[in-house]
Amino acid sequence: MTFCLGVISGGIIIVDINIKIGGEAGQGIQTIGLVLSRTFVRDGFYVYGNQFYLSRVRGGHNYFHIRVSDHPVYALDEKIDVLVALDNQTIPEHIEEVKEGFVLADESIVRDNVDEKIVSVPFTEIAKDVSGKKLFSNTVAVGAVFGLLCYDLSTLKKFLSETFKRKGDEVVEKNIKAAQAGYDYVKNGKFEGICNYNLSPQPTNRRILINGNDSVGVGALAAGVQFLSAYPMTPSTGVMTRVAAHADDFNAVVEQAEDEIAAINMAIGASFAGVRAMTTTSGGGFCLMTEGLGLSGITETPIVIFLGQRPGPATGLPTMTEQGDLNFVLHAAQGEFPRCVLAPRTAKDAFNQTRRAFDIADKYQIPVLILSDQHLADGLFTYEMFDTSGLKINRHLLEDRAVGSDYQRYTITESGISPRAIPGQNGALVVADSDEHNESGHIDQTTGNRIRMNEKRLRKVDGLTDEMQMPAIHGIDGADISLIGWGSTYGPLAEAVEILNRDEVSINLIHFSDIYPFSHDTVSLLDGLNTTICVENNATGQFARLLRAELGFEVSKKMLRYDGLPFTPQSVIRELKGMGVI
Amino acid sequence: MVTMDNYKDGETEWCPGCGNFNILEAVKRSLVDLGKEPREVLMVSGIGQSGKLPHYLKCNTFNSLHGRTLPPATGAKVANPELTVIAVGGDGDSYGEGGNHFIHAIRRNPDITLIAHDNQIYGLTKGQASPTSELGMKTKVQTHGVLHTPFNPLAVAISLDCPFVARGFAGDVDHLSSLLSQAISHKGFSLVDVLQPCVTFNKLNTYKWYHDRVYKMEDDGHDPANRIAAFEKALEWGDRIPTGVFYKRDSEPFESKLEVLKKGPLTGKQYDFAKLDSVFENFS
Ligand SMILES: Cc1ncc(C[n+]2csc(CCOP(=O)(O)OP(=O)(O)O)c2C)c(N)n1
Ligand code: SF4
Ligand SMILES: [Mg+2]
Repeated sequence: MTFCLGVISGGIIIVDINIKIGGEAGQGIQTIGLVLSRTFVRDGFYVYGNQFYLSRVRGGHNYFHIRVSDHPVYALDEKIDVLVALDNQTIPEHIEEVKEGFVLADESIVRDNVDEKIVSVPFTEIAKDVSGKKLFSNTVAVGAVFGLLCYDLSTLKKFLSETFKRKGDEVVEKNIKAAQAGYDYVKNGKFEGICNYNLSPQPTNRRILINGNDSVGVGALAAGVQFLSAYPMTPSTGVMTRVAAHADDFNAVVEQAEDEIAAINMAIGASFAGVRAMTTTSGGGFCLMTEGLGLSGITETPIVIFLGQRPGPATGLPTMTEQGDLNFVLHAAQGEFPRCVLAPRTAKDAFNQTRRAFDIADKYQIPVLILSDQHLADGLFTYEMFDTSGLKINRHLLEDRAVGSDYQRYTITESGISPRAIPGQNGALVVADSDEHNESGHIDQTTGNRIRMNEKRLRKVDGLTDEMQMPAIHGIDGADISLIGWGSTYGPLAEAVEILNRDEVSINLIHFSDIYPFSHDTVSLLDGLNTTICVENNATGQFARLLRAELGFEVSKKMLRYDGLPFTPQSVIRELKGMGVI
Repeated sequence: MVTMDNYKDGETEWCPGCGNFNILEAVKRSLVDLGKEPREVLMVSGIGQSGKLPHYLKCNTFNSLHGRTLPPATGAKVANPELTVIAVGGDGDSYGEGGNHFIHAIRRNPDITLIAHDNQIYGLTKGQASPTSELGMKTKVQTHGVLHTPFNPLAVAISLDCPFVARGFAGDVDHLSSLLSQAISHKGFSLVDVLQPCVTFNKLNTYKWYHDRVYKMEDDGHDPANRIAAFEKALEWGDRIPTGVFYKRDSEPFESKLEVLKKGPLTGKQYDFAKLDSVFENFS
């Protein structure tokens, strides 16, 4: 029997291993996945990972999927090389995905080796034997995976030492022993010598493994966020937690509000008083925030709103993914006012787009929405350390000397942007109103004033549009088929295009991260395409509808997925074949 | 020196004789007495007849949404604790639409003062029942009379251990402005519920109705340090209606407890990009 972990391309072995760990909530599948991922990243591999879980703290079948490669990867692959089964459901649910790989199953699940690709390992027994506690069975499992891959344990041991240092030498020791025992059990057992591929660490610069939510949080810190108020809601909560973890170092306050209405209104108050402020939520919470969105619009108070989508309506599927809230964020709140919607593609894009969101919010004094989803929120990406050397913050505020006692908050200007001072700045009185108001900020219900103020606010869209970025183009130029996508689907779509281009299919990807407003040249780009297929994680094609509404552009076809799961490169290719376009 | 002229602004849109005029006068007097410059003051108001008050005053103003006075007031206070933040709302604003914020703002305890114009009616929307309307009061909507037990803001605030709880009467500007000054000076969340005749829509709770009933607790020797006595006073409503300070205690305001604010206001802080490197350590 052979065990080949990758494809041979032009004589170079490309590493491409998919590991899936299945178990119940509370069994530690996430810990196993993260320890494996971090070890591979430290050894110079690129890891992409994601988790699939149910909305419960204990029980239920969940899984963590990681893909390890020696080149950057941004999507999962459907074929599994190593399946780790900690619960009874893992094998029946995922065995079909294990084509040429192996299953490491806890002995309590499969006692006899009924299937030649199943390796049964007494994770718990080994843990008790070598370390005295069941607790260490996750570390045994990590060791067992490495044993199956004949992979060097030294980085893992170093990682375990660092991670458990705080808990004392004994805990470190026991973890290392547990890992070694799992490793030895598998490596020297039934499949001794099966790994014909020598997967060895590759020296590299220090890399990071970061998910979408953490990237938004770090992006917000890099943008100088100083006030974040939110009410927890999956899958957005990670952003709040990340900012809270570093708030003291960054002069920031994170406040858990009594509800989402308070969350957005508090953030608006903090922003009005002069600091960068944001709120984070999912669709349900955003429903409660909509009046606040309009308040930001009419009072021209900058605010950044992070929305991690999950399938709705109402409570929906709390822990799964969907791009179903696009229409909602575009149209939320009564009246007409400028807004900006950004939908990051990857974790790195999330970092950059979050920083941009704060800049745009300040510059145009508008609400900016960052539209993410569970797929990106939990998606783990590997990168070289982000370069923070050129970062700057521009608050777009008036300088003190330009503020006098005659300051008016809503001065009419050609750009529509009224120079902004903050309350008390150099003696200024700042008056803002949710009622229609005049230049001084006081209520004014006269029709002439309404027209002037409405036009002033809407003029800001011109500058904003100039600032929007064009979609990314991936794959060959002038292709017969163009996939059109937005937000978190980038990874799977880009890889599908790469695979098909290698097979000489004429296809490319036009992918949007700046969603609203569209940059000026978008329509001429789209008009130059051949067959277009809009690919979205929703049931009605909301982005296709936006292209039609905003640009009068009609896509040729739609590919929609709305089962709560993200696309994979393979699912996209299957669908394209099913549609008969390739 | 700060004088009444510093606070003069705008034409008012209230009905002649409305209790709001007296509240406005009391607010101005109290700010002058406290020597506050308009630029030091931020008024955050809601939507209602009461919410218009800051427009008739010269100071920093954030006229927010109906029911949402307290959240932006809290955000602003945290961002810049050097501002004197005063929230102004109606009884609908403060206790109905914003009821959840009322409860949690008291728990959170920022150093802001809430002035609730309690006219026991929805003024701006022309006379529907409010959370504090009397049982049985008929309106065009409550055609069979109000069926809900009136909300008791003072008892609720005292039960939540709100650091400063008072009731004033718009018919007694001297007393009201003194209460407002105490509330604004007191550290932590302060509630001043103001009995405010709405001469147009509330034909039940008129100036005369209130005048016949209100009395000052301080004249009766009430001890505001006594929470149980305060609670008992808060339950008194009928032939005699107590005004004055029900309850007060020392407290450490929310923003003072925040570690990062010990170094001064959030506004105007220097930013250190180098600290990002240590954040990235978490991911390697
Ligand atoms: C979300 C929302 N709902 C309803 C209204 C309409 N509305 C404006 S003021 C008000 C009630 C006013 O009563 P109160 O808060 O007691 O203020 P008053 O006018 O009596 O001072 C209502 C229902 C609104 N502006 N916003
Ligand atoms: S309606 Fe009532 S509350 Fe409003 S201004 Fe007139 S009297 Fe005052
Ligand atoms: Mg009222």
